[in-house]
Amino acid sequence: MAQAVAVTPPVAPRRRQARRWSGWGFVGPFMAVFALVFLAPIIYSIWLSVFRTQLVGGTTFVGLENYQRALQDDQFWSALGRVSAFLVVQVPIMLGIALLVALAIDSGRLYGRDFFRISIFLPYAVPAVVATLMWGFMYGTRFGLVGNINDALGVSLPNPLSPDLVLAAIGNIVTWEFVGYNMLIFYAALRTVPTSLYEAAEIDGAGQWQVIRAIKIPAIRGALVIATIFSIIGSFQLFNEPSILQALAPNAITTYFTPNLYAYSLSFSGQQYNYSATVAIIMGLLTMAIAYVVQLRGMRKEA
Amino acid sequence: MTRTTRRTARGAALRGTAVVGALALTLTACGGGSSDTDPEAAAEEGGELTVWAWDPTVEPIAEAYMEANPEVTIDIVNAGTGNDQYTALQNAIAAGSGIPDLAQVEYYALPQFSIGEALTDLSDLGAAELDGAFTPGPWTAVSQGEGIYGLPLDSGPMALFYNAAVFDEHGVEVPTTWDEYVEAARALNEADPAVSITNDTGDAGFTTSMIWQAGGTPYTVDGTDVTIDFTDEGSQAFAETWQQLVDEELVAPISSWSDEWYQGLGNGTIATLTIGAWMPGNFESGVPDASGDWRVAPMPQWTEGEQATAENGGSAMSVLEGGENNNAALAYDFLEFAAHGDGVQIRLDGGGFPATTADLESEEFLEREYEYFGGQKINEVLAQSAADVVEGWQYLPFQVYANSIFNDTVGQAYVSGTSLTEGLATWQEASITYGNDQGFTVD
Repeated sequence: MAQAVAVTPPVAPRRRQARRWSGWGFVGPFMAVFALVFLAPIIYSIWLSVFRTQLVGGTTFVGLENYQRALQDDQFWSALGRVSAFLVVQVPIMLGIALLVALAIDSGRLYGRDFFRISIFLPYAVPAVVATLMWGFMYGTRFGLVGNINDALGVSLPNPLSPDLVLAAIGNIVTWEFVGYNMLIFYAALRTVPTSLYEAAEIDGAGQWQVIRAIKIPAIRGALVIATIFSIIGSFQLFNEPSILQALAPNAITTYFTPNLYAYSLSFSGQQYNYSATVAIIMGLLTMAIAYVVQLRGMRKEA
Repeated sequence: MTRTTRRTARGAALRGTAVVGALALTLTACGGGSSDTDPEAAAEEGGELTVWAWDPTVEPIAEAYMEANPEVTIDIVNAGTGNDQYTALQNAIAAGSGIPDLAQVEYYALPQFSIGEALTDLSDLGAAELDGAFTPGPWTAVSQGEGIYGLPLDSGPMALFYNAAVFDEHGVEVPTTWDEYVEAARALNEADPAVSITNDTGDAGFTTSMIWQAGGTPYTVDGTDVTIDFTDEGSQAFAETWQQLVDEELVAPISSWSDEWYQGLGNGTIATLTIGAWMPGNFESGVPDASGDWRVAPMPQWTEGEQATAENGGSAMSVLEGGENNNAALAYDFLEFAAHGDGVQIRLDGGGFPATTADLESEEFLEREYEYFGGQKINEVLAQSAADVVEGWQYLPFQVYANSIFNDTVGQAYVSGTSLTEGLATWQEASITYGNDQGFTVD
C-alpha cells in the first residue's frame, strides 16, 4: 500500500503526460501503417544487404562486402549506363512532345480539341504490359507490322529488336505510353494561368510565341520539374517493357539490361537475395540523389 | 547402341539399394505397418496433403486418389509455372514454413533442391523397387547419388518433328544425321528463302539436350564438387555443326512459344523442330492450320547409323522435407499413385508423354494413330527415342540460374560476331563464378 502511494505522481505532471500520449493516439494508426508498409521493407532490405546466403554453407554476415561488389560489378554499371542513356535521350523527346501537345490544346485553335486530348491520353490507360505486347507484335520483322511494311514496300527496315536498336524501340513504347500523361500535367498547369495575363500581353502587342516564352512556360515550370522528376524515376526503374520484350529478343535484352531487371534476375533466378537487395538500395539512393538535384535546380530557377 | 545398354556403376549401386529397400519394406509390412514408413497404412489412416503443381492433370489425379482413399484430403496449389514455382518453393524452404508436402519439379531443376537437402529420399519408402519401371533418362534424373528424390511424371525423349508438305514440295530428303540436317537447311533455303529449317534464338534446354545426345558431359557433379567443361567432344560437335546454321542464317531468329513461332509452324516457314515427345499436344492446340502436314522422325544422329537420343524437358514430383503435414509416407503413397499407378492413364488421356516403361510398351499406346500427323503412329518413334536416351548426363545443382544467363552468354553468338564455342566458354566462366559464390567447389 505504501508503495502504491509513493509511486502515485502529483496530479499536474500526470495530466501533462496523458496529453503527450493522446497525440500519439491520433497519429498511431498512420505510424503503424507507415512503419509496416514503408519503413519495414526498407529496413529489411538494408538488413538483407549485409548478409550473404549461399546454396551451400548457409547465411553469413558480410558487412559492406555486397556494396563493394556492386561498385565493381560491370554488369551493374552497364545497366546503369543504359538507363542513363535512355534518360538523356528519351525523356527530353517525350516531355518535348507532351509540352507541344499541351500548348496546342491550350491555344484554343485546335479543331476537335477534346477528341485530340482524349486520344493522346488514351495510351496511358493501356496497361504497360499490354502496350509492350502490342508493340512487340508490331516490331516483328517476319509476321509483324515491320515485316508487313517490308513486304508491301519492298524495303528492308532494320529489326527494331536487334541489340543496337532495342533501347530505341523501348524508348518508342515508353514515349507512346507517357506523352498523354505528361501532356495532362502540363495542360492542367496551363489552365491555371489567369487569362488577364494573356489580355495584358495582347494589349502590349505580344505574339503567340512571345506569350508562350514569357508567360506559359515560366508559369508551368513547377509542373515541368515534377514531370521531369517522375520521368527520371521512371527511367531508372525501367522494367516492364524490357522484361516482356525479353521473350521476343532474349539475346538483345540481357538479364542485366536495366538495374531493376538485374535485381530481379539476381533474386528470382539466382537466389542472390542479399546482393539483389544491395543493388536495389544503391539504385534507390542514386535515383533520390539525382531527383533531388533536379528539384533543387528547378526550384532555384523558379524563385 | 552400346551406349544405351551400358550400365553405370551408379546404376549397379542403385539396384543394390533397391534390394535393401525392398527388404526393408517387406519387413515393415510384416510388422503390421507403422504408418510412418508404410505408405499404404498411411493412406488408410488418412490425412491431408498439399501439392504444388502447375500441370493440369494433377488435379484429376488427386480427385481419383481421394475417391480411392476417402480418408485423405489433397489440396492442389498452382504456385506458378517452372521458375516462378521454384522461387516460391525456395522462399518457403528458406523460411522453413509453408512448405508443400509434394511439388512438381522439372528434371533440370531437381539437383538444385536435392543438394539443398530439401527433398526426401524415397528409396526406403518403396521407390527403390521401381528401378526399371521408368525409362532410363527420367530415372537417372531423379536418382542423385544413393538417393531417389522424386518419381518421374512424364518425359521428353527428343524426336525430329518435320513439315512433310514443305519437304515434299521442295524435294528434300528428311535428314537422318546432323550433317544431312545442315544440307537440308541449305537446300530448303535455296528452294525458298522464306523457309528456315528451324527457329533458334539460343535456348539453354535445347543446347544442353543436343550436347547430351552428342555424348557430351559438360557437367560433372559429385556432391558439392562440380566440374563444368564445354570443351569436350560432344559440346564441340554441337557448336561446330550449329555454327554453320547460324553463320549462314539458316535458322529463323524467332523465339519458341512466341506468336511468330506459332505462325511459322503453321505456314511452313519453320520446317522442323527437334523437341521433346510432349510436343504433339502443343501442335494440335497451337498450330491447327498445319494439321496433316507434320510428321515425326527419329532425331538426326551425330554418327551415321547410331540410335542416340536425349531428353528435353519433363518433370518429376518430389516429396519435400518439412512439408506442412509432415507425412512423407502418405505423400509417397499419392506420388506412387500419380507416377506409377492409376494416375499415369489420367495423364496419358490428358496428352502427357509417359515415363513408365509399361505404358511405353503397351499395344494401345504404340498403335494409336494421330490424325494431326496424317495418321502416323508417332508413339512408335517417340517410345523408341525414350529407350535410346544416352546415359550419364548430369545437370548442375544450380541449373536454373545457369539457364537464366544462357542468352547473356551463348545467346550473343546469334546476334553478334562471337562464335558458339566462345559463347559456351563465357557461359562456363559465368556458371563457375556463380557456383563458387554459392559455396560449391567448381572448376
